[in-house]
Amino acid sequence: MTWPRLAGALELHQIGLELNGRPLLGPLDLAVAPGEIVTLMGPSGSGKSSLLALICGTLDPAFRSSGEIRLDGSDLAALPPERRRVGILFQDDLLFPHLSVAENLAFGVPPWVRGRKARRQKVREALAKADLAGFGDRDPATLSGGQRARVALMRTLLAEPRALLLDEPFSKLDVALRARFRRFVFDHARAEGLPTLLVTHDPADAEATGGTVLRLGEDPAAEAAPAAPALSKATGG
Amino acid sequence: MADALQPLTLPGAAAPVRGRWLRAIPVATLLLFLGPIAAGLIGTWLPAFGYLPALGGESFGLGPWVELAAYPGLGSSLRLTLVSGLLASLASFALAVSFLATCYKTRAFFLLRRLLAPLLSMPHVALAIGLAFLIAPSGWLARLISPGLTGWERPLDLAIVQDPHGLALALGLALKELPFLLLMMLGAIGQTRADQRLAVARTLGYGPVMAWIKTVLPAIYPQIRLPVYAVIAYSLSVVDMAMILAPATPPPLAVLVFRWFHDPELSLRFLGAAGATLQLVLVAAAIGIWHLGERLAVRLGRRWLFAGGRGHSGPWLPRGVAALVSLCVGLSIAGMLGLAVWSFARRWRYPEALPSEWSLDNWLRQSDGLLWAGGTTLLVGLAAAGIALVLVLGCLENEKRHGLHPTGRILWLLYLPLLVPQVAFLFGAQVIAVRFGFDGGWAAVVWSHLLFVLPYVFLALAEPFRALDERYTRSALCLGARPGRVFWTVKLPMLLRPLLFALAVGFAVSVAQYLPTLFAGAGRFVTLTTEAVSLSTGGDRRVIAVYAFLQALLPLVAFSLALLIPAWLFRHRRDMKVIE
Amino acid sequence: MARLTAAFITLALLTFQTAAAAAQADDWDAVLEKARGQTVFWNAWGGDERINAYIAWVGTRIAEDHGVTLRHVKLTDTAEAVSRVLAEKTAGRDSGGTIDLIWINGENFAAMKDQDLLYGPFVERLPNQALVDFEGKPTTLIDFTVPTEGLEAPWGMAKFNFIYDSARIQAPPQNAAALAVWSAINRGRFTYPAPPDFLGSTFLKQALIELAEDPAVLQAAVPDEATFRSVTTPLWRYLETLHPFMWRDGESFPASGPAQRQLLNDGEIDIALSFHPSEASSLIADGQLPETARVLVFPQGTIGNTHFVAIPYNASNAEGAMVVANFLLSPEAQARKQSSEVWGDDTVLDLDKLTPEQRRLFEALPKGPATLAPDALGPVLPEPHPSWMTKIEAEWLTRYSR
Repeated sequence: MTWPRLAGALELHQIGLELNGRPLLGPLDLAVAPGEIVTLMGPSGSGKSSLLALICGTLDPAFRSSGEIRLDGSDLAALPPERRRVGILFQDDLLFPHLSVAENLAFGVPPWVRGRKARRQKVREALAKADLAGFGDRDPATLSGGQRARVALMRTLLAEPRALLLDEPFSKLDVALRARFRRFVFDHARAEGLPTLLVTHDPADAEATGGTVLRLGEDPAAEAAPAAPALSKATGG
Repeated sequence: MADALQPLTLPGAAAPVRGRWLRAIPVATLLLFLGPIAAGLIGTWLPAFGYLPALGGESFGLGPWVELAAYPGLGSSLRLTLVSGLLASLASFALAVSFLATCYKTRAFFLLRRLLAPLLSMPHVALAIGLAFLIAPSGWLARLISPGLTGWERPLDLAIVQDPHGLALALGLALKELPFLLLMMLGAIGQTRADQRLAVARTLGYGPVMAWIKTVLPAIYPQIRLPVYAVIAYSLSVVDMAMILAPATPPPLAVLVFRWFHDPELSLRFLGAAGATLQLVLVAAAIGIWHLGERLAVRLGRRWLFAGGRGHSGPWLPRGVAALVSLCVGLSIAGMLGLAVWSFARRWRYPEALPSEWSLDNWLRQSDGLLWAGGTTLLVGLAAAGIALVLVLGCLENEKRHGLHPTGRILWLLYLPLLVPQVAFLFGAQVIAVRFGFDGGWAAVVWSHLLFVLPYVFLALAEPFRALDERYTRSALCLGARPGRVFWTVKLPMLLRPLLFALAVGFAVSVAQYLPTLFAGAGRFVTLTTEAVSLSTGGDRRVIAVYAFLQALLPLVAFSLALLIPAWLFRHRRDMKVIE
Repeated sequence: MARLTAAFITLALLTFQTAAAAAQADDWDAVLEKARGQTVFWNAWGGDERINAYIAWVGTRIAEDHGVTLRHVKLTDTAEAVSRVLAEKTAGRDSGGTIDLIWINGENFAAMKDQDLLYGPFVERLPNQALVDFEGKPTTLIDFTVPTEGLEAPWGMAKFNFIYDSARIQAPPQNAAALAVWSAINRGRFTYPAPPDFLGSTFLKQALIELAEDPAVLQAAVPDEATFRSVTTPLWRYLETLHPFMWRDGESFPASGPAQRQLLNDGEIDIALSFHPSEASSLIADGQLPETARVLVFPQGTIGNTHFVAIPYNASNAEGAMVVANFLLSPEAQARKQSSEVWGDDTVLDLDKLTPEQRRLFEALPKGPATLAPDALGPVLPEPHPSWMTKIEAEWLTRYSR
């Protein structure tokens, strides 16, 4: 086949995962266009999170993987995690407890933003976007769950990622907060034109994306949601 | 072409290129570690069988062993070694287990947990000296109640310290080992979700003690096995504490061996080497016997577990055990207090409860010596603990980055310096060090301390390091931070508390070293410990107290700093506080 | 026997004095020059804090006067240093050794001399050796019957004595036999440090000299096993009677002289041993003994000897060590050492050879309450040959360290 080279897209080609010689996942083909949100669902242990780790480059060496991952046309395999520019959000916000809110955000600001002033400005903007202006000096531990989640997203976005991975980031929030934060995340992902891959257990999350839903642990091709937009497709080899 | 599958790849394949130096650390650490021990053992075994050309031993033979067997008092020396060593090991183990079984999560438990660091930091020499001052017939305890309560106008003529059976030594060892075993058990409990186990067992109708013994102990024992073996090895081969608390005619085997190695009569080196080898065999045999005991306990225990006894004990059991543990802790603390009082005494005769004349002279007159010995202690301790910390961090970080899962065998290697009696290899190591002109310098002393500091620093740090949520690292990496930056700005600050604690542990271990300082330092390195020991064989008690008290104070300060620095640095970071 | 010793001393003196005359001031200046900036590692028994303090004082003075740094390596037993030098020799380290100076005498000196482990002769090069009372104090040349031959420099005079608490004992025993009787009456109130501690060993020698049929045989090496048995039999018989009445029933012993002194202060025993007649006064002044402590010497005499400093053959800083040895022989250092407020160790100098000013240093020394007048110290008994001591210590271990 010809490799569909889509500007800015996250493309997985024939991805397979093995643990201790036992196939865990795949082979999987998937393309996520900029601004598109694809949902991965599947039972525990089906390798969803490992897939995300593989894309990030932080997969435990105990796993063996095959296939190709391209982001904006370039192969990710050769790059260490910190140079892939793939942002990830976990179930927990994972704000660094030893840093203030502003310091947490500043940790994400990439090195090419030079100068103290410029970096501080970036942080201030991010705080404003998260509706947390003036919270910069606070101890993250004193923030509410929703506030922390927003800081975590902002920290990820500040690093100027080229793709966004979401590892059940809504599951620990209560129902009311969940919908709001979900919208917040999706809006930002779309606004920044990020190809986004969401892993979740919650059908409501999948529904809210309005996009493709892939079910793992079953034949991926058969399970691709029928309403899939043309761009995201599960192609057979 | 595009269809071709990529060969199996590791996405992180780029990382090892940068981590090459990191990969060398575990190898270097093991070499640094096992090299001198292996060389030292061989350097001891050869003369044990008559081979040491430098001293005219050109051929192999059993001469040294024949001489050893004929040595007057060897029998009593062995008996003394075994009785005091095994008694101390058994008592401290039994007390630690029964305390946790009966008092887990009671007030006594929390209190003791808070006292653990200061108790651990107490060097065994200081503890032995303090204990001796306390329990001797003319000691502080007797002075407090005499002659009023006892009518003892003169002290009883009773061998309480340096008693022929080594009971005082056993007591001193048990006091020292109890906090260590408790700490190791607490660490193990943290990994076994003991609370849930207990809750389940309690809902099934088991009494608290029985629930602990039947569900928690079997789970933690595999993890405390090596620490228990280390306790046995140490108790059977201790030299410095034995010189203070054990009888001298004859002393325990390790002290005999130590004397032979330092005798002007050169031929005694062969005897010493044979004795050192016997010491090794003795320790190995004791550990072997304990191991057999374990298996027997497992076999009997299975049946007993299956029998389903619920074991509801009355309140007397926890109270009794708590009282016994309190007594141990009390003796240790009172011993330190006694040291403090003696160090400020001028005239203090039996049966006065407190000195009749006080003075600062002991401190002032010693100030030069104290500064010198204290400075050396501090420098060597900081260097050894610092190097150990760097090596341990390197090993752990390497393990994390390359997804390695260390096997039990590696852990055995790590414990080796704690399992092999010091006298069994230090002589051989010294001979080699002298040959290469490596003895008597800072490097040799720090290295010799490192052998014993490293395992403890590893023990203290491995658990918290491995327990740090891996996702923090992943988040930081995905935010574009290089592994180095992640290590320095995320991992280290988040682990500051355990890091400093491990440093303090390493420092305390270094401060306590006696034999390594003597052997590697060619006797030129005067530390608070070597001073305290050399004085304790007959110096002025007030001066001994000064050195021993300072020796105990240094690690205590280190532990306090390890606690205070992170607390102050992170005073505005709620999630960085320890959860009690 | 005595005549032989006297002849030997005369001979030794003669060679010595001519050699001393030949020693040139130039030589000493060269030594001083080389010594400047050296760090001398002095291995000396470190069990007595007053002595340690004195050594520390020597260190400050030496640094002031000659720019030599002194480090006191404290030993629990001088044998440790001897074995260290031996170890270095066997390892082929014939220079750059770790020990520069050793406080030594008796069997340790004999062992080192025997094995060629000593530097020198160097004593004749020390300017202050001219002040030593070699004639009046023969033990400064004959150390436990072994000629020093300039390989060790005399430092101080020791004379065996007893310290007792006069508040508890009115009539102290006057010889070894009487001591045994006294112990039988006052059970558990006497003990001696376990040999090879030098005080404990000296007690055994003292008893042997008193009990042996012919003490003169002790002045030569042990000829054979049979003689050793027969000569020492009275000693072992004596100990068999004494031990059951001693402290801890004679089952355990204090590790050293100071440990035994501590027992005296603790009230656990009533009589302790000492090697320095002014020590008791010094200890009273220091708060380590009751005001009622007094000194006792046996009227028929007690063992006396000299202690020395020697330099190992492979010392890294032999010049610095000689500078220290010379300073130790200075009237200033000797007088201070003799003060009961400092140490109470008697001088090796001949006061008649001193200038009036130097003599005044000694005359001005305070006399403590327990210090005996020089004429009340009784005769000096000579040390036996070291081979006796070595064998007695071994035999003692076999018999009582089981």
